[in-house]
Amino acid sequence: MSEESATLDAVLIDQSQGNFAYPEDYELDAGRGLGPSTLDYISEVKGEDQWIRDFRHRALEVFERKPMPTHWASRELDEIKFQDIRYYLAKGKRPTRSWDEVPDDVKKTFERLGIPERERGFLAGVEAQFDSEAAYSNIKEEFDKQGVIFVNSSEGLREHPEIFRRWFGKVIPTGDNKFSALNSAVFSGGSFIYVPPGVKVKHPLQAYFRINAEQFGQFERTLIIVDEGAEVMYMEGCTAPKFETATLHSAVVELVAMPHAKIQYITVQNWSSNVFNLVTKRGLAHEGAEIRWIDCNIGSRLTMKYPGVIMKGRKARGEVISIALANTGQHQDTGAKMIHAADETTSNIVSKSISMGEGRATYRGQVHIPKHLKGCRNNTECDALLINSRSRTDTYPAITVRGNRHATQHEASVSQVSEEQIFYMRQRGLTEAAAMSLSVNGFVNDLVREFPMEYSVELKRLIDLEMEGSVG
Amino acid sequence: MDCLEIKDLTVAIQGQRILDGLSLVVPKGEVHAIMGPNGSGKSTLAKVLAGHEDYEVLSGQVLMDGQDLLQMEVDQRSRAGFFLAFQYPYEIPGVSNANFLREAVRARLGSGEDLDAVAFYKRLYGLMDELGIDRKFTARSVNEGFSGGEKKRNEILQMAILEPFYAVLDETDSGLDIDALRVVAEGVNRMRSPHRGFLLITHYQRLLNYIEPDFIHVLAGGKIVRTGGKELALELEETGYDWIKEGALATA
Ligand SMILES: Nc1ncnc2c1ncn2[C@@H]1O[C@H](COP(=O)(O)OP(=O)(O)OP(=O)(O)O)[C@@H](O)[C@H]1O
Ligand SMILES: [Mg+2]
Repeated sequence: MSEESATLDAVLIDQSQGNFAYPEDYELDAGRGLGPSTLDYISEVKGEDQWIRDFRHRALEVFERKPMPTHWASRELDEIKFQDIRYYLAKGKRPTRSWDEVPDDVKKTFERLGIPERERGFLAGVEAQFDSEAAYSNIKEEFDKQGVIFVNSSEGLREHPEIFRRWFGKVIPTGDNKFSALNSAVFSGGSFIYVPPGVKVKHPLQAYFRINAEQFGQFERTLIIVDEGAEVMYMEGCTAPKFETATLHSAVVELVAMPHAKIQYITVQNWSSNVFNLVTKRGLAHEGAEIRWIDCNIGSRLTMKYPGVIMKGRKARGEVISIALANTGQHQDTGAKMIHAADETTSNIVSKSISMGEGRATYRGQVHIPKHLKGCRNNTECDALLINSRSRTDTYPAITVRGNRHATQHEASVSQVSEEQIFYMRQRGLTEAAAMSLSVNGFVNDLVREFPMEYSVELKRLIDLEMEGSVG
Repeated sequence: MDCLEIKDLTVAIQGQRILDGLSLVVPKGEVHAIMGPNGSGKSTLAKVLAGHEDYEVLSGQVLMDGQDLLQMEVDQRSRAGFFLAFQYPYEIPGVSNANFLREAVRARLGSGEDLDAVAFYKRLYGLMDELGIDRKFTARSVNEGFSGGEKKRNEILQMAILEPFYAVLDETDSGLDIDALRVVAEGVNRMRSPHRGFLLITHYQRLLNYIEPDFIHVLAGGKIVRTGGKELALELEETGYDWIKEGALATA
């Protein structure tokens, strides 16, 4: 590491970007590599029922059978060495409802990331996951009293099997893709949320996913069920320190919005540049329900993520709003999947990507409207911003609309911030980083407004940091 | 000391010499004009002073109030008081004019200082009114879709907000209609002060009717070949630049 980048890293630590790690000290460790015994170890530790053990083993078979999707996706996937990864690491303690009982290093980690402070500030509940398991999980009393459940997935499985089992693996089947199968085999952590009919959770629920260990895989599994006419906003944040070796994050997130329910799922991901982030996210929207994914991807080595909504009931609505920032050494392969399965369903996709240095951004969309339906609408907008000429951007929108009783609209644009534009801004006194930040913020501004205040501020700060880092 | 001093400057682009031992001094409080044929290197001079990386400085020195300008970063030069109104201003999509100006002003604040937004907008609106720029331009992206004349006015607006010590105006008059020319010239004249030096690059005597220069220089063959008072512009208007070619032949 050059001296310059070493001081830069020191600055980033100060600004709590997440590049720090505490020494490893785990009671529970499934060891390296993946096989049936890995799954048994996880099930044993968690004291799982037979049906879930069987579910895991079937998933492992599917995972092993399925080829890597390198025929259409990125060759970079071949760099993942599944036998070198550790699939389960935990401190062996149940999550507590009090920060005082959280192990010291874990507590310090989340304090440095500002989580307890936010909880006191504006959140309805917090779950903080450290490697494989949640260390802390709490929901404010007023929502607890209304019957809102917000726990980690193991507890959901144990304490609320009747709701859990009904929806688990139903929105995203094990065999959806190789990584959803992997997650189904070794999942641990993630949130389970249930909101009873008519309950509107006024403040956001927040989950924070932290990877601390090297050569580790984090496989959280989140299931959110929002009952009739209820509403919730869920936010997840992710970070990991910068290690030399690859780290894998492969989550599965399933959302179920019962009739007229509303779910907003917000992600601000800021993984370090060695993380393979391969995530499957999908929601099922019943009649008149609305599911919105607001997804912000900064960092990671490779992100492949295409949040989707299946609009199963009449007048259901689905939306994906995404921002992806790819710096040198990074590839953001993101997009959206909209499956219209009922009349008068509406979907909206707005995707903005920024490629800098040698960073690469790809948009993949899929919009499906079958022939027998009527009155469906889709709007797709994807805009790319290239900062300097070495960047690369690709767009693969696939819109299959059958029949003529639908309205679809598609727009795409590519704009450039050239060296000349940067020169012009610098002539007015802006540093190179400030000039780039200004262009990027200008480009994503209308989307950032969709984020809650606290998050739009954070997002802007992350963009600034990323620009400072890129000019070095 | 209180001047922009260009000493024996030789500059090449892609191996081709454009400026060849150019020397020029612009003291604070004075307005100098540079005229010269197309392609003689006027914009090259302006961009080298601003710090554009495409140009290779082979030799020479530029001192701004005694500071070695060529050793400074592009943005440092700006914050130290150097301003260039571009011949072809760039468009910055997605960045509003107001945000851009605010960031530029903020870049000049000391650490711990914060921009007084109310005062900033008050000043901005006042200057826009003076320059006849509609207030709705604050919300538009910098120069995007602006007409040629609107872009030039916007350059002057930026100069007025940033209050540089030395300003180079590269053909700010071309593309302006007659009324706009007067408005822009008045804007420049309001900024003339004992604390500020101007270097106007122009092809036309007309601008110099409105902004009276102290000196006029003719750039040709990579250096200043003639210097005179404001009457030199009138003479050039009459004779053109043919005499330079004859002169060049004579010395060859
Ligand atoms: N980026 C570049 N690459 C190659 N040649 C260049 C470049 N920039 C300038 N030149 C050349 O340098 C010479 C001087 O150009 P410059 O723009 O400085 O002229 P000028 O005096 O401003 O002309 P005009 O009056 O037409 O604006 C020209 O021959 C031009 O083609
Ligand atoms: Mg020119």
